[in-house]
Amino acid sequence: MDLFFEILVTALLVISGIFGFVGSYGLVKLPEPMTRLHAPTKAATLGVGSVLIASMIYFAWFNGHVSWHELLITLFIFLTAPVTGLMIAKANIFRHWSKEELPPTGAGTGWATLSDAPSLMDDGADSRLKHEGD
Amino acid sequence: MIEYALLFAFGCYGIALLFNLYRVVVAPGVPDRILALDTMAINMIALLTLFGIRQGSAMYFEATLLFAMVGFVSTVAYAKFMLRGNIIE
Repeated sequence: MDLFFEILVTALLVISGIFGFVGSYGLVKLPEPMTRLHAPTKAATLGVGSVLIASMIYFAWFNGHVSWHELLITLFIFLTAPVTGLMIAKANIFRHWSKEELPPTGAGTGWATLSDAPSLMDDGADSRLKHEGD
Repeated sequence: MIEYALLFAFGCYGIALLFNLYRVVVAPGVPDRILALDTMAINMIALLTLFGIRQGSAMYFEATLLFAMVGFVSTVAYAKFMLRGNIIE
């Protein structure tokens, strides 16, 4: 059983190392800012995730105490990684794109980074108010 | 066996940190630098956890959690500053 857990931890560590390396290599290699945004998220989820799972298994099996800190860190990273991705993508749009270059949103309003919020007058709110008053 | 896997992972994350440092210094735009700094924080989280496994002590988790929080807040602050020219309006 010791050997099984040793192989499991080793495999997780190697997977995590490969993903961390590939994520940062993609950050250098990929051609455009928006595609460069894609690579480090792999390092953030799979790389750090498998390191933390490996640490959890290691401490539970070889050191004899179960620790829940790793799950907390994983949860925190999984919650915050999309937020940072969104903020960096918005900063990218704001810096490098104009309103005409962006593809259509298909929602009747423009991109939220560059356009104003849609007016309340356009969504039929007035007619609804009229019917409720009748 | 775990020792060798740890060494491999240390090497991978070390080279990844060097790539990130290169991207911070030589970047086509400011968002790329922010992204590289964010990735640096994430790689440091992984490195600290690996170091904790190597030392066999659970003391490094608090440092890891702190690193995760400060990295997130600093990235959001940078991106917000680029978007609005101001962090807290």
